[in-house]
Amino acid sequence: MPPTRMRTDMSKPVISIKNLNVGFNIRQGMLDVLHGVSFDLHRGKTTCVVGESGSGKSVTARTILNMVPPPGVINGGRILFNPEGQETIELTALNSRGKAIRAIRGGRIGMIFQEPMSSLSPVHTIGSQIVEAIRLHRDVPKKEAKAMAVDALRQVEIPNPEKAVDRYAFEFSGGMRQRAMIAMALACRPEVLIADEPTTALDVTTQAEILDLMRNLQVEMGMAIMFITHDMGVVAEIADEVVVMEKGHVVETGDVSQVFNAPEHPYTRKLLGAVKRLEEPATAKVRPAADAPEILKVRDLQLHFEKREGFMQRVTDVTKAVDGISFDLRKGEALGIVGESGSGKTTVGRCIARVYDPQAGTVDYEGLDLVSAGTDQLRKSRRQIRMIFQDPFASLNPRMTVKQIIAEPLIVNGIASGKDLDERVAQLLTEVGLDPGMMERYPHAFSGGQRQRIVVARAIALEPRLVIADEPTSALDVSIRTQVLDLLLKLQAEMGLSFIFISHDMAVIRYFCDRVAVMYRGQIVEIGETEQIITDPQHPYTKALLSSVPIADPALRGTRQRHRYVAEA
Amino acid sequence: MLLRYILKRILWMVPFLFAVSIVAFLLIQAPPGDYLTTYIAKLGESNEVLDQASIENLRARFGLDRPLYVQYFKWVANLLQGDFGMSFEWRQPVSDLIWQRMGLTVMLSFSTLLFTWAVAFPIGVYSAVRKYSIGDYVATTLGFIGLATPNFLLALIMMYVGVVYFGSDVGGLFSNEYKNAPWSLAKFWDLLKHLWLPIVVLGTSATASLIRIMRANLLDELNKPYVDTARAKGLSEFWLIMKYPVRVALNPFVSTIGWVLPNLVSGAVVTAIVLSLPTAGPLMLQALLAQDMYLAGAFVLLLSSLTVVGMLLSDILLVLLDPRVKYE
Repeated sequence: MPPTRMRTDMSKPVISIKNLNVGFNIRQGMLDVLHGVSFDLHRGKTTCVVGESGSGKSVTARTILNMVPPPGVINGGRILFNPEGQETIELTALNSRGKAIRAIRGGRIGMIFQEPMSSLSPVHTIGSQIVEAIRLHRDVPKKEAKAMAVDALRQVEIPNPEKAVDRYAFEFSGGMRQRAMIAMALACRPEVLIADEPTTALDVTTQAEILDLMRNLQVEMGMAIMFITHDMGVVAEIADEVVVMEKGHVVETGDVSQVFNAPEHPYTRKLLGAVKRLEEPATAKVRPAADAPEILKVRDLQLHFEKREGFMQRVTDVTKAVDGISFDLRKGEALGIVGESGSGKTTVGRCIARVYDPQAGTVDYEGLDLVSAGTDQLRKSRRQIRMIFQDPFASLNPRMTVKQIIAEPLIVNGIASGKDLDERVAQLLTEVGLDPGMMERYPHAFSGGQRQRIVVARAIALEPRLVIADEPTSALDVSIRTQVLDLLLKLQAEMGLSFIFISHDMAVIRYFCDRVAVMYRGQIVEIGETEQIITDPQHPYTKALLSSVPIADPALRGTRQRHRYVAEA
Repeated sequence: MLLRYILKRILWMVPFLFAVSIVAFLLIQAPPGDYLTTYIAKLGESNEVLDQASIENLRARFGLDRPLYVQYFKWVANLLQGDFGMSFEWRQPVSDLIWQRMGLTVMLSFSTLLFTWAVAFPIGVYSAVRKYSIGDYVATTLGFIGLATPNFLLALIMMYVGVVYFGSDVGGLFSNEYKNAPWSLAKFWDLLKHLWLPIVVLGTSATASLIRIMRANLLDELNKPYVDTARAKGLSEFWLIMKYPVRVALNPFVSTIGWVLPNLVSGAVVTAIVLSLPTAGPLMLQALLAQDMYLAGAFVLLLSSLTVVGMLLSDILLVLLDPRVKYE
């Protein structure tokens, strides 16, 4: 006789996705976004699902919890869940609003999301959100649940958990919020944790800490982790198994070292290639001439943001966004500015472009001090100093055609009109690798990479001499990232452009920049040749920053000592 | 912390109300002439003519011959002692006149407010959650009709329907036999029978716009990631919508409370006249037309104070509802 209560075979996968098909029911009919996706999750193992935007990673994750976002419907395949000590449950067969699936959500399968700010309720305390998760699945009184919430926060290494439970999400930093999210997802000790890009919105140093934390918790609790990411470096850091997805298909699955060392599918190779290329300076890079003159001399630049409060508007808090920055930029040179969010790197760029008005210091642009320059002088310099912004979706007016967008600076400055203008726009589009025939279209008809090309075309329309690029590739997928960087390199070589290149990504800086300045809390802590700083950092903060960057090689996992830089008060 | 905040806000109200009293006084003086000019014109209509001496006599009696600032300080000095002055037209103390009508006005307005929220809130939530369903379309259509129909027109139509098809007694808040009778259960019942009509008429457009506001607010919130987080916790659909997005969507809702209080007094004057409701609105209109300055002044002051108090209430509620709002 078999035992009355079936013990699950522990070697059986805890989640089996079999031939899953999900379609979006749109006006034009059914559009499939997942085409026969199959893979397994195992207890105590981390499975990384990698792919670029639109590959169906997030939809797969949500379908496991049977919460396909509308108008999506499951139209084929099954997802099986083998909970410990119970019979197999077919998750896809459950009513998506029923009790059975709700008992599993949060109770046996936990989930964390990308944006730790918007994924937590802004108007409830962290504690009350965790207590809610606990009491939905455990029959405990409120007081006990709160004690459990404090324990959960302590487990994710949040300092002062007794106080932190009564805080709100907006009172935490990004990393702390993500820790709280993890605490909430793990409060009921689920057997599976689904993490949808949990570190994408975080700084590298914070990302490294969160990855360490997740690994430790997995060892402690033995759960299976499904980790969604687009970052091959992160995959190499934490994955046991890798699932590569492209356009709703699983193109490759396998052990992490196998996928990295012997990738079979061309798409996997392309992804890895894009990452590998970013591990060294670009081959196409043209270095500035040794005797190139300085185009920009920044001295003691300063901008403090003051928070004023109360009746007398006295200053209660000062943020030293830019606190005495000095550097030189030579003609044809690319200077990288790297730092964490809040280090002031964006503010520096905007001060030089005079989007912000610096409070002190000089910015000497070929003899003209941009800080004290009047409106007329600035108008002239603004033709020569252009900016490129991070988000190609937000920086293009959706109601203007590509032609109008690129032509605008030409018309405003009275450079071209009529037929001449059309030719100029066509030429610019060709230069950035777009078909001039597309100039009558609107931005929404273009992909992220193409849009960033349009932004670049607009920036070079006036034949500038200096381009300030603020995280120009951060919103792009890796494979497109190198394409845009290569385009910028080509333009730099052809036009002799100088660049100030602001980024949080060391790999991108290494690929693109001749020199790099490392910023921390409004100051440059280290500046020098890019290769020299990356291979032999001097300042402890630079060392900490570099040690946090994930290396896209699973064989090197655990070979590095990570450390966090704590500034002396 | 909250108490200190409230105290601070109340202290701020003092200089503000002082400024308001000046503006109110100037506002009433702004139209050419004074109460006497209106009074004489009225007498002239019935072919009575006052000689110059008795006009001067009256003007001195009302204190209208004094310079403006003297009149103002006298008014404010009396205000501080709780004396709002005499109404020229009614020959009664202003405070008596206003209080007589305030009771019913407040009752009517609060019933309307409750009606508005009770109807608008669930419908708004429903039409956001079931966006583009038949129910949503019905609510939206009715909402637009409600918004577009002028209140007094609706009042006239409903009165017509009430009288012709149901033979009920509409207009006013009481039947004739109870108008001057002391309060009793029967009078109260009579009041309830009359009350529904003004409530529906006065509440319709507010309900319609609140439905639209609630729907729009909630639609913005429903796709926020924290809703997904709540769903992934295993919360049931009803509770997760009530607890998270609806709660956040309430914020703009609460900010509008500040405008409700002054509306109690001045809102729907036309409707009140059409339905011959014994509320404060028609009285205020009349006072302004007749340049009955102390009565009108008291009303303007009352409206401003209610606005300030309403704003304070909504700010306090907002602080309680949303921890992101700082006390500063």
